[in-house]
Amino acid sequence: MQRRHLLTYIGAASGALALALFAGWWQVDGPGAPEPVAKRPLPLTEMDFQMTDQTGTAVGPESLLGNASMVFFGFTYCPDVCPTTLSDISSWLDDLGEDVAQLNVVFITIDPKRDTVAAMAEYVSYFHPAIQGWRGSRDQTMRAAEGFRASYEKVATGGGDYTMNHTASVFMFDAEGQFAGTIDYHEPREFAVPKIRRVLARTEEETS
Amino acid sequence: MKSPVAAVAIALSIFLGLPISSFAGSQDIVVEDAWARASIGKNRPGAAYMTVRNTGTDPVTILSLETPLAMMPDIHRTTTDANGVSSMAPAGEITIAPGEAVSLEPGGLHAMLMRLETPMVEGESFSLTLTFDDGGTVTVDVPILGIAARGPEG
Repeated sequence: MQRRHLLTYIGAASGALALALFAGWWQVDGPGAPEPVAKRPLPLTEMDFQMTDQTGTAVGPESLLGNASMVFFGFTYCPDVCPTTLSDISSWLDDLGEDVAQLNVVFITIDPKRDTVAAMAEYVSYFHPAIQGWRGSRDQTMRAAEGFRASYEKVATGGGDYTMNHTASVFMFDAEGQFAGTIDYHEPREFAVPKIRRVLARTEEETS
Repeated sequence: MKSPVAAVAIALSIFLGLPISSFAGSQDIVVEDAWARASIGKNRPGAAYMTVRNTGTDPVTILSLETPLAMMPDIHRTTTDANGVSSMAPAGEITIAPGEAVSLEPGGLHAMLMRLETPMVEGESFSLTLTFDDGGTVTVDVPILGIAARGPEG
């Protein structure tokens, strides 16, 4: 009788262990594994795309070298995420004060069909004056997004209208164009501003 | 009038400006801190934000929105996935439990104002009517703040 009980316990214990191992495999490597996280953006020096800024000047990733940079994607027909991001960033830039002069801040449209250079110029004029608005052709926009490992997708909303799903993170680079981290969409100012200051400090070390 | 009590009640309610037909639930809805951002022209969709509070004892569901400002107003939800990709989709019916509130705020739920009839001009306001599952409605006046506004305070 004792022996049978022991066998039952061993059986139950090994069953539980097998189940735990299976559950672990399922969540880590198996079908239940989380999607791989987004890849890191390339250094700006390895990106290759051409766009036009809000003043009509030709720009590209090389235009950003020499200063730290913050780059993010969006579109002006975006009612919620994009104005929120631009106004969040404007408030961070207000906090940085004069240090903003050492920073490139670039909003790249992923909807060049509707966002002309003039539309981008008007849109960015409502936010912090340091924020630039870049617009490229469809192909150049795709190349830029590839370099930043950003994604976007057109979604029909009915009646010929559409909206865009897109990467809403802010990408940071140092003055040499090396990727220096991201600020998540809607990240609180108390986390975002120190992150920007760290990148600016790193840039000062590099250039001094 | 068969019942003098009912007659007095109706007379009183007219006198006090109270609704005669009372709806179970939506009369306990309070909308607070409504605001919207100005638009550039009328081709782009607008968004409005507010807190909808249920002060009653029954759950209340928001069924639809209506406003003279936009032909297709609807509540949408923005979500951001693990890769940082934001997307937006109709939120469907939103039920507010008794004593609870639902916040429409940047980066989450918002009243998406599609097909604007007129541009949304800073300093102006527009009326927005919420219809609830008991047939009741609540109309709020939504002030239009600047494009770069971050909350009801500007």
